[in-house]
Amino acid sequence: MILNQFLLLAALLFSLGVYGLLARRNAVMILLAIELMLAGVNINLIAFEAAIRTQLAVGQIFAVFVITVAAAEVGIGLAIVLMIFRNRRSANVDELNLMKW
Amino acid sequence: MLVEWLQQPENWVFLVVGLVVLVSAFRVVTSQNVVHAALFLVATLAGTAALFLLLSAEFVAWVLVLVYIGAVIVLFLFGIMITRAPTGREVALDHTRKSFAVVVSAALFVVMAWASVEGFGTQPLIDVGQGTSTAVVGEALLGRFVVPFEVVSFVLLAALIGGITLARRDLTPLEEEERGTV
Repeated sequence: MILNQFLLLAALLFSLGVYGLLARRNAVMILLAIELMLAGVNINLIAFEAAIRTQLAVGQIFAVFVITVAAAEVGIGLAIVLMIFRNRRSANVDELNLMKW
Repeated sequence: MLVEWLQQPENWVFLVVGLVVLVSAFRVVTSQNVVHAALFLVATLAGTAALFLLLSAEFVAWVLVLVYIGAVIVLFLFGIMITRAPTGREVALDHTRKSFAVVVSAALFVVMAWASVEGFGTQPLIDVGQGTSTAVVGEALLGRFVVPFEVVSFVLLAALIGGITLARRDLTPLEEEERGTV
């Protein structure tokens, strides 16, 4: 196996996440797209770890940190979406024009 | 070179798993049903965990399964349920003009693919299949990386408390009176 096959797959996954982020209008769907992007980043970290093999398995540890922060991000993000939905009766980001002048 | 590449059996595993990951990731961003999108994310992440196993990162693979498929997806399904996002096809989940998003993500992919092909060419991976002992990861996590480890646990705790604070409904003054608490 070569390094680049994993890098290209991760790049594709990241680009799909960017597409979802831009094309979706439901906030929950946008959070799902962000998860895709983070999965691509994690594949990159693990692949580089497998290509370099550090003493402390640094790539894997960074992937664990990314997973943890992503879990925190989903918790906060969904709570915010929930509050917006409660106040505006909608979870569509293009209807949130409160801060638009 | 391609023939050589295809002669290694693990590359066939990579092709199959990678195809599953990409197809389900595509469905995550294009499906018109919210619940289906969340469940396709499960398939994507399971495939990602399989890729981690292929790269001999067992601990991270099972962390991914536990944290994402076990917890985050459940959180997403609760979020979908509570925001009562349409489970049918009544309301469009996408913007009407998607061509801009297609152009941006395609350009991003071209740039990233060009950079990694230029930068790494056919650099091979080192001794895949050896496996990383979980003891190595654990010792690094509680040795060299103990401070970031504690910080990230604090971040998680803060996010939990913040999520509860944001999501709980405050009682109206009338309800508070009824409960006899102030």
